[in-house]
Amino acid sequence: MRPLDVIEGGVSVLDRADVDTDQIIPKQFLKRVERTGFGEFLFYDWLRSGEIELEPNPILVAGRNFGCGSSREHAPWALEDFGFEAIVAPSFADIFYVNCTKIGLLPVELDEEHCRAVAAAGEARIDVDDQTVTCAAGVFEFEIEPDVQHRLLHGLDEIGITLESAAAIDAFEAAGRAARGPVTTEL
Amino acid sequence: MPKTMFDKIWEAHEVSEGLLYVDLHLVHEVTSPQAFDGLRMAGRGVRRPDKTLATADHNVPTDGTMAARLIADELSRVQVETLERNCEEFGIPLYSLGSDRQGIVHVIGPELGATQPGMTIVCGDSHTSTHGAFGALAFGIGTSEVEHVLATQCLVQKRPQTMRIVYSGELGAGVTSKDLILATIGRLGTGGMVGHAVEYAGPAVRSLSMPGRMTVCNMTIEGGGRAGMIAPDETTFEWVRGRSAAPPDFDAALERWRELPTDEGASFDRDVEIDATGVAPMVTWGTNPGMVVEVTDSVPDPAAADSPADRESAERALAYMGLEPGTPMTEVAPERVFIGSCTNSRIEDLREAAAIVDGRRVAGSVRAMVVPGSQQVKAAAEGEGLDEVFRSAGFEWREAGCSMCLGMNPDILAEGERCASTSNRNFEGRQGKGGRTHLVSPKMAAAAAVEGHFVDIRDWT
Repeated sequence: MRPLDVIEGGVSVLDRADVDTDQIIPKQFLKRVERTGFGEFLFYDWLRSGEIELEPNPILVAGRNFGCGSSREHAPWALEDFGFEAIVAPSFADIFYVNCTKIGLLPVELDEEHCRAVAAAGEARIDVDDQTVTCAAGVFEFEIEPDVQHRLLHGLDEIGITLESAAAIDAFEAAGRAARGPVTTEL
Repeated sequence: MPKTMFDKIWEAHEVSEGLLYVDLHLVHEVTSPQAFDGLRMAGRGVRRPDKTLATADHNVPTDGTMAARLIADELSRVQVETLERNCEEFGIPLYSLGSDRQGIVHVIGPELGATQPGMTIVCGDSHTSTHGAFGALAFGIGTSEVEHVLATQCLVQKRPQTMRIVYSGELGAGVTSKDLILATIGRLGTGGMVGHAVEYAGPAVRSLSMPGRMTVCNMTIEGGGRAGMIAPDETTFEWVRGRSAAPPDFDAALERWRELPTDEGASFDRDVEIDATGVAPMVTWGTNPGMVVEVTDSVPDPAAADSPADRESAERALAYMGLEPGTPMTEVAPERVFIGSCTNSRIEDLREAAAIVDGRRVAGSVRAMVVPGSQQVKAAAEGEGLDEVFRSAGFEWREAGCSMCLGMNPDILAEGERCASTSNRNFEGRQGKGGRTHLVSPKMAAAAAVEGHFVDIRDWT
């Protein structure tokens, strides 16, 4: 994952609430076993029918509960591959939000009014360190978990970080707290 | 201090703050190939194959194809074969096509007894919330997290808030757990539970069977919930007892499990009360599970929506669904009926549907199919003669898999086709491009198949 510091540029707008990941990347494209190349299938049905238009700007402003439904990480992969570096919305579905942070696609939660202001401005600058979105309408602050922010700023591999705690995981297992649960290999 | 069930399970699994140990990791073919690739690229192994279990479900044809290499669709075949290769390479137990234990991942976990109270369970699938029905903390994760769990058996997690939904009273005759959860989502909205681990409680939940509880927890994600949970009790213990993966020292396990339920006086971040006696059979009319009404109601008028944004989404949904405001739901006529999916494909669901169609015929305008959730469910149903009941009524009786829930296999709707479905999502295109989905309970789906339109199951004879 590359470090994420400042995202700056044009803003695309998808003014719909409850956009589910089935729309972001329809099921027929989940059959691929690769991690790349999903951008051309982004919003496949909506873009091809002309129902919506989207420019591949660095920033996408969307409606509330964005990314609901299926846990498919293919959705953030497609958004990122299409060209988006940050998604700004009043709220996100939990799994989608987490998936974005794992791949370095920045989810930014702003209240509805500020989302509209960013959309209207057409251009914005998002600073991950300062936790601010700056556009013609003003400077808006957003929240992000400190650990997530740190990992994004430095482009860190989360598995690598957890593996540094291998001793703690060993100890947890040795203490028997993890002995419970099935031994699936003997089923 | 009194603790919630969620608090107890969370705290028992924290290796360190925010790092959660995973007791059971379920794997399927769609969300895992890139995770295994990631392991290989980084030279990492799978830490605990013995706490991992895989099956092929999303892509599998339900027409009797009994080996991955025989799958006609090339991309699907590659994906299932890739899963088989990955499981072989990393030593992960797998029930693939052809195994008598193959099935939908959320059906086989509980069926094998691998799903147990007090556990943390994850899977690269949003409907992992199903397993919370056993008093486990279970939730869906993305592919990066699948890789993380494979490598470390842990997950970096932000602690969610807690919410309790207490259902007072009992469900009426003909009203099922599917109606209960659809009514709940209709009331709270598709984003109503976001950020929360939700505990379902109250008499109406207590009297549900395990399959009924699984249906409720399964659809928690459709309300945006991080996880759905139900306290374990005798019903839970009796389900797990004697299954292959049940704890060898069952009595010791029982002692631990009895400590799990939320303590008297424990507080939740949010409390909701719903009167279960007032819940009616439900039917969705729109393109998300929150767009739902009682079967006795009509298609709502977007003009009555709370906000311009809601009005616009309702209008868009009705245009997609090909419905006019004011049409009674009982006049809506599906051409397809699908009984199956991780929400409603267990033996009890099939029994309920079979009881409705027994001795009747599917309407001439309808094509109907039943897809058991697993090979074990299929075998059990055939043992009881349910397959014959369905077949002689004119239903197709198929092999286990996700089938028409998500259109990743040959079972899909044609453009514009309307379907009464026991699955969980009525999103645009979910069951096939242009397909129109109405979510209902197995009883309601079965009755719609017979009549050719929705009926109020409570007064249908």
